Amino acid sequence: MSDDRTVAGIKTALAAQVQEAAARYPANRSAIMPALELAQTKFGSVDGTTYQAIAELLDVPEIWVFEVASFYTLFDRAKAGRYHLRLCTNISCMLRGAEEMLLELQRHLAVQDGGTTADRLFSLSGVECLGACDKAPVLMVNEDYIEDITPAKLEALLAALKREWQEQSAEEGAA
Amino acid sequence: MSDLVLLRNIQNPEAPEVAVYESTGGYEGLRNVLRGYTPDQVVEAVKSSSLRGRGGAGFPTGLKWSFVPKDSGKPHYLCCNADEGEPGTFKDRILMERDPHQLIEGMVIAAYAIGANTAYLYIRGEYGLSIRRCEQAIAEAYAKGYLGKDILGSGFDLDIHIHKGAGAYICGEETALLESIEGKRGQPKLKPPFPAVAGLYECPTVVNNVETLACLPHLFRRGVEWFTSMGPKDGPGPKLFCFSGHVKKPGVYEAPMGLPLGEMLEVYGGGALSGRFKAAIPGGVSAPMFPENGFDVKMDFSSLAEAGSMLGSAGVIGLDESASIPRVARRITEFFSHESCGKCTPCREGLTWAAKILRRIEAGEGSPGDVEQLEMLCGSIFGKSFCALGDGAAWSLGAALKHFRHEFEALIPAQAQPVQEMRLW
Ligand SMILES: Cc1cc2nc3c(=O)[nH]c(=O)nc-3n(C[C@H](O)[C@H](O)[C@H](O)COP(=O)(O)O)c2cc1C
Ligand code: SF4
Ligand code: FES
Repeated sequence: MSDDRTVAGIKTALAAQVQEAAARYPANRSAIMPALELAQTKFGSVDGTTYQAIAELLDVPEIWVFEVASFYTLFDRAKAGRYHLRLCTNISCMLRGAEEMLLELQRHLAVQDGGTTADRLFSLSGVECLGACDKAPVLMVNEDYIEDITPAKLEALLAALKREWQEQSAEEGAA
Repeated sequence: MSDLVLLRNIQNPEAPEVAVYESTGGYEGLRNVLRGYTPDQVVEAVKSSSLRGRGGAGFPTGLKWSFVPKDSGKPHYLCCNADEGEPGTFKDRILMERDPHQLIEGMVIAAYAIGANTAYLYIRGEYGLSIRRCEQAIAEAYAKGYLGKDILGSGFDLDIHIHKGAGAYICGEETALLESIEGKRGQPKLKPPFPAVAGLYECPTVVNNVETLACLPHLFRRGVEWFTSMGPKDGPGPKLFCFSGHVKKPGVYEAPMGLPLGEMLEVYGGGALSGRFKAAIPGGVSAPMFPENGFDVKMDFSSLAEAGSMLGSAGVIGLDESASIPRVARRITEFFSHESCGKCTPCREGLTWAAKILRRIEAGEGSPGDVEQLEMLCGSIFGKSFCALGDGAAWSLGAALKHFRHEFEALIPAQAQPVQEMRLW
């Protein structure tokens, strides 16, 4: 992830890919969604500076960018934790215990639905159907689907993610 | 299971590769089309196949295509709707992940028929694997001459671009989907004009579901007669059904249309998870549920419509004896309320209010009159919403209230006082 989150920094980081995206459409405005996604992948979230940078790159009004960023739930306007847990609580997952699991996760991580843990390791959101209802209950950890979850599987998963993070921070500390 | 059509490659992990797809007859349908059909003849063949859209509304595909003007002087667009967000539905994801070329081939045939040289494949953002598989398949199709300039020497050009959704169920509604590709908030637009006349960038546009398009290669490889021999006359062809909820064998199955709901729940769903079924939703949460005594309804477009529901997305959700219908209704209503785009009052305000009442009933804090209040709300939303999201929400809630009124009433404490509420409109 890049760190230079000035307008100039964001523009430099994204210019080539945003132009490539814009070339796929007859109107620049269509490239706002792809540009926001590119920005989020690079910087972890999108904010006012991002909107300005994208507006300048695409030569569109900044409000158009903000409108899109605020409408679609996959754009994170606040930086999420290292692992964003999105637990589906919709009907087929609910019928197999997802709502109870969400409560359990809230207790375990001591966060509310939509919150991030104090160590910024986990963000937790109850979400709508993820289109994997045959593997209910379903959880996304960042971009990955974890299917057929059970309380035991969840506990193991959280422990594994914590370990992964500790190992990575130890490596970073050593480097 | 050798007679599978749409799922014939599903067990083959190598099917996403173009050579493997070709070895099972892949791109033969497209070759037939480009060699032997004018675009109008393709439209006519699809009309005579009676293929109906698999995205939810069941609209006749050939008829939809025939609305595209011939001499508009503008570019035409094809958009594939892969925003799959209807709870209980996961068939399009399987088609894209396991057999992406089947979809790409279908898109080329459809684009040829409507004279589109650009197509957008709108895939919901969460479907990372579908996106990667389709990107890969598109790249292979270009390399093999199935996409790009002068496809298979026919003089027909087509580019396909993927547009990723970003988590908004309403973008599955076709006009909202087009707004989203234009880079706007996904809010439905007034029809008419229909997309076929003024759609993407105000140009003639056809929006079709993944499964609808995936039928086309087979239709043009094996012929109209073969196609119409499968299932009901007024809407034949191969069909996918998704089973989830309280069933023993959740999954995507290909089955002929027209089998009774109860039989499908046993044969494909594997029966109730515990005890007996109490009810089932036949086509995603927008489709009104059937109580067990209605399980003889046939699973096809017309039979379900006659029985007051719909085939919708063919997402069958089983509810066994352990299911609380008020809870199910509360969760479904919360979903619609959450996904309401906010454009029109009946849906935006009505669903917020209905969800609030359902939450208090479930918590044991309901009041006498709450069920009537909910019925009143359903009546004020259904038919008065700007798009089918509000209608579907009210329609499905209405069925839960109708068939399981006693379950709602049983949760309302006998001594509770009626709650006075303001009418909003
Ligand atoms: C709220 C709402 C959500 C929808 N979601 C989808 C969807 O996820 N996928 C889909 O193909 N159609 C969806 N539709 C139906 C589309 O508007 C459209 O009818 C369909 O994509 C047309 O394709 P078809 O003719 O091939 O069925 C939705 C409709 C509404 C009102
Ligand atoms: S019915 Fe709901 S989703 Fe449809 S336009 Fe109205 S507010 Fe938006
Ligand atoms: S209901 Fe949870 S994935 Fe569909």
